[in-house]
Amino acid sequence: MDFDPIILARIQFAFTVSFHVIFPAFTIGLSAYVATLEVLWLVTGAERYHRIARFFTKIFAVSFAMGVVSGIVLSYQFGTNWSRFADVAGNVIGPLIGYEVLTAFFLEATFLGIMLFGWNRVPKGLHVFASLAVAFGTATSAFWILSANSWMQFPAGHEVRDGIAYPVDWLQVIFNPTFPLRFAHMVTACYLTTAFVVLAVGARYVVANRYPEDSRTMIRMALGLIAILAPVQAFIGDSHGLVTLQHQPAKIAAIEGHWENEPGAQGVPLVLFAIPNEAAEKNDYQIAIPHLGSVILTHSWDGTFQGLKSFPAEDRPPVAIPFFAFRIMVGIGLLMILIGWAGQFLLWRRRLFDTDWFLKPAQYVWPLGFLAIISGWFVTEVGRQPWVATGILRTVDAISPVHGWAVALTLALFVAVYGIVFSMGIYYINRLIVRGPAGSSIEPPPRDIPPGNRPLAAAGHAARDAIIKPAE
Amino acid sequence: MDISAGMELYLPVIWALLLAVAIAMYVVLDGFDLGIGILFPFAKDERERDQMMNSVAPFWDGNETWLILGGGGLLVAFPRAYAIVMPALYLPVIFMLLSLVFRGVAFEFRWVADTSRFLWNIAFTGGSTLAAFFQGVLLGGFVQGLKVENGAFAGGPLDWATPFALLCGLGVVAGYALIGSAWLVMKTDGATAARARSHALRLLPAVLAFMAVVSVWTPLAFPRIAERWFTTPNLFYLAPVPLVTLALAYGVWRWLAKGNEYLPFLGVIGLFLLGYAGIGISIFPNLVPPSLTVWDTAAAPASQIFMLIGTIFILPLVLCYVAFVYWIFRGKVREGDGYH
Ligand code: HDD
Ligand code: HEM
Ligand code: HEM
Repeated sequence: MDFDPIILARIQFAFTVSFHVIFPAFTIGLSAYVATLEVLWLVTGAERYHRIARFFTKIFAVSFAMGVVSGIVLSYQFGTNWSRFADVAGNVIGPLIGYEVLTAFFLEATFLGIMLFGWNRVPKGLHVFASLAVAFGTATSAFWILSANSWMQFPAGHEVRDGIAYPVDWLQVIFNPTFPLRFAHMVTACYLTTAFVVLAVGARYVVANRYPEDSRTMIRMALGLIAILAPVQAFIGDSHGLVTLQHQPAKIAAIEGHWENEPGAQGVPLVLFAIPNEAAEKNDYQIAIPHLGSVILTHSWDGTFQGLKSFPAEDRPPVAIPFFAFRIMVGIGLLMILIGWAGQFLLWRRRLFDTDWFLKPAQYVWPLGFLAIISGWFVTEVGRQPWVATGILRTVDAISPVHGWAVALTLALFVAVYGIVFSMGIYYINRLIVRGPAGSSIEPPPRDIPPGNRPLAAAGHAARDAIIKPAE
Repeated sequence: MDISAGMELYLPVIWALLLAVAIAMYVVLDGFDLGIGILFPFAKDERERDQMMNSVAPFWDGNETWLILGGGGLLVAFPRAYAIVMPALYLPVIFMLLSLVFRGVAFEFRWVADTSRFLWNIAFTGGSTLAAFFQGVLLGGFVQGLKVENGAFAGGPLDWATPFALLCGLGVVAGYALIGSAWLVMKTDGATAARARSHALRLLPAVLAFMAVVSVWTPLAFPRIAERWFTTPNLFYLAPVPLVTLALAYGVWRWLAKGNEYLPFLGVIGLFLLGYAGIGISIFPNLVPPSLTVWDTAAAPASQIFMLIGTIFILPLVLCYVAFVYWIFRGKVREGDGYH
């Protein structure tokens, strides 16, 4: 059988990067949350902040490990699967990734040691500093990788000679036109995603009547953040779309399901639902609101923008994926605003912690952010097709000289290994949540036990569980 | 010679040296924590395994970051070499990365797991051993040379799978186990340290044997390497390399036998660096043996300079805080250290 390396390599990259981004999104947000808690602990001295910080540090550790191992795979995939891309864009993309390693990965990986294992070794202040360093490192890593990705979306500050891109102005390369809003949108997405996990964990404890003090603090902090950031995110996203219209009009046409500006018709409608039909170049089963598309994207009643048909067929992205993924993301975004404001309203009326219709469903909101992030990336990445680096290199030309069967074999291995390893990881995170913050309030063992042994482990599983698991 | 021609001459050499340093850091640092994984099954009980793992738990992630710097550095400074080497060594690279997945998550999962703990012990050992093995295969595949036509890899997906590369794989497993046991001699005490010491005494001759076989095999099989070492005057300059290696190996053996705690680890690092220098001598200035040099594959000078400026300022800072963290966790592993 013949395997097509291009399709397989695309599936492989989409698979590994989608898996990868789930964990960084969570660790970027969670490290910032833990750092905030520790600062609050340092300033107020309140023990509950310390307890919650230690609890989430354990969850953070598991997620971080998964983020690291899946990320290392990605940094090598530019060469294994997309070596022509490395060749053509390496002069420009390479240093961005190099700076990510130097300024972000080393910082977070090194201070992680103190953050996870330093509780009994270093003074309070130094521990707080280490947590801040990790939070800063993860956000810095997003800065560089998104700069690289945005350059691929709309390259700037370079020139192309003999088919190879050369840097001309580094500031323009780094701060390319689509970067600032993408960075803002992504970092906000990470914080929102984490806030929804924290909200769900808190709601779970309140419903089960465990950790009354800690869970209320979690819920208050999460809802406060959501009420502010969710609307901000919608605003950033909207502005981001305007920038995209300027630089990648075909992507916006696909997102909007907009095929052509019909002669005579005025303004572009907003398509709420449809099944895009690429063969017939039109939408089936369309439900649309007249003029709203113009209002959102051109801020005028009758404004128009390019439809898909005005691009040659070979320069159009696939339509269905960006179209649907965009609607999922925006739908979730609107739901997030609703949840945040409803929660604030209940808090203000002092009814939140007895309101079952809010708390019970709130236990299950943790996946919302992850779904929105994956959807958002599918919009962005599929909408960029058929280019890897817009205008410079097409995806079909970026592939490595590898045999189809080798890519098929490694794809199968990735699916098997990631499937097993990362579902175990999520299972373990859930187990930590079931155990709850109580485990972390145990004091370290006394010093006079023979050196080098971990009494908890030595005492055997039963004893350990008796200590760590809360009395239920 | 005008300035830009000078840059095009020197920059690739500077970058080749920097890359060599990054890879050396990786081999030494991740070498000992992969070695811990290789030695894991030989521990007496769970307590000893806890102690072994805790001796590296705060460091492993930072250590692995040097691998990203090595791979990323190749992309930054020599994108064409990166674009040839990665597809050429496609399968061993991905096998190595998948092995690292297992051993990386094992650090955290093992601690949360109750009844399935033994599974993560296996994942840790298997992942570490296979990662070490494939790193050796990569080294061998690289030394033996890659088939290049028109600036791209032109061979098959299994070109790397030669007896020589497989031998290098085994050699690296033995080497990492040796440096791992020397680390344990330094960082643990009691029965764990004693067992590590006896492992080290047995691994040392094995590693020397691998080094000897590779040193004989490469000049016999690859005339370009024979020419580098066995023509005058090179012969006189290079003769000290094997002699110093032998002397140092004797030193390590004595220190181990006498019960010294720190010197064996430092000595093994020295052995690693000597072996590494030997390979460098055999290959330089080629970056993609047998024919493409560091100059043929270099990135645009503008890219190399941009990255070099950052590296000059940031890398020393990185080294400082890496050293700081090693200093915070200095001394023997304490009880409760793995507990977070
Ligand atoms: C710095 C680069 C970079 C970054 C940060 C991302 N991607 Fe990407 N993506 C690529 C670089 C890239 C690529 C190397 O350029 C690919 C491979 C083939 C292609 O066209 O682009 C790609 C393809 C690609 C595809 C396949 C599109 C297609 O072939 O139709 C999907 C679904 C994603 N990516 C998803 C994601 C997700 C979920 C990301 C979230 C982290 C993400 N990408 C971040
Ligand atoms: C295709 C693109 C990507 C590549 C090549 C890549 C590469 C890597 C690598 C090599 C690591 C391991 C670093 C370590 O050892 O600490 C890593 C981890 C990480 N990546 Fe990515 N990454 C990509 C996409 C992203 C995106 C889109 C984000 C977020 C905006 C991101 C954020 C992070 C963070 C925060 C970590 C730290 C580990 C963690 O938090 O789980 N990465 N990435
Ligand atoms: C509610 C209104 C929202 C709007 C109008 C919006 C708009 C957009 C647009 C237009 C893009 C594509 C940009 C491009 O490719 O050029 C995008 C991408 C993205 N969105 Fe949203 N978004 C919204 C909510 C959210 C939410 C709630 C999340 C996650 C919690 C999210 C996460 C993302 C991510 C991760 C991307 C890909 C990265 C990027 O291109 O910025 N979005 N969004």
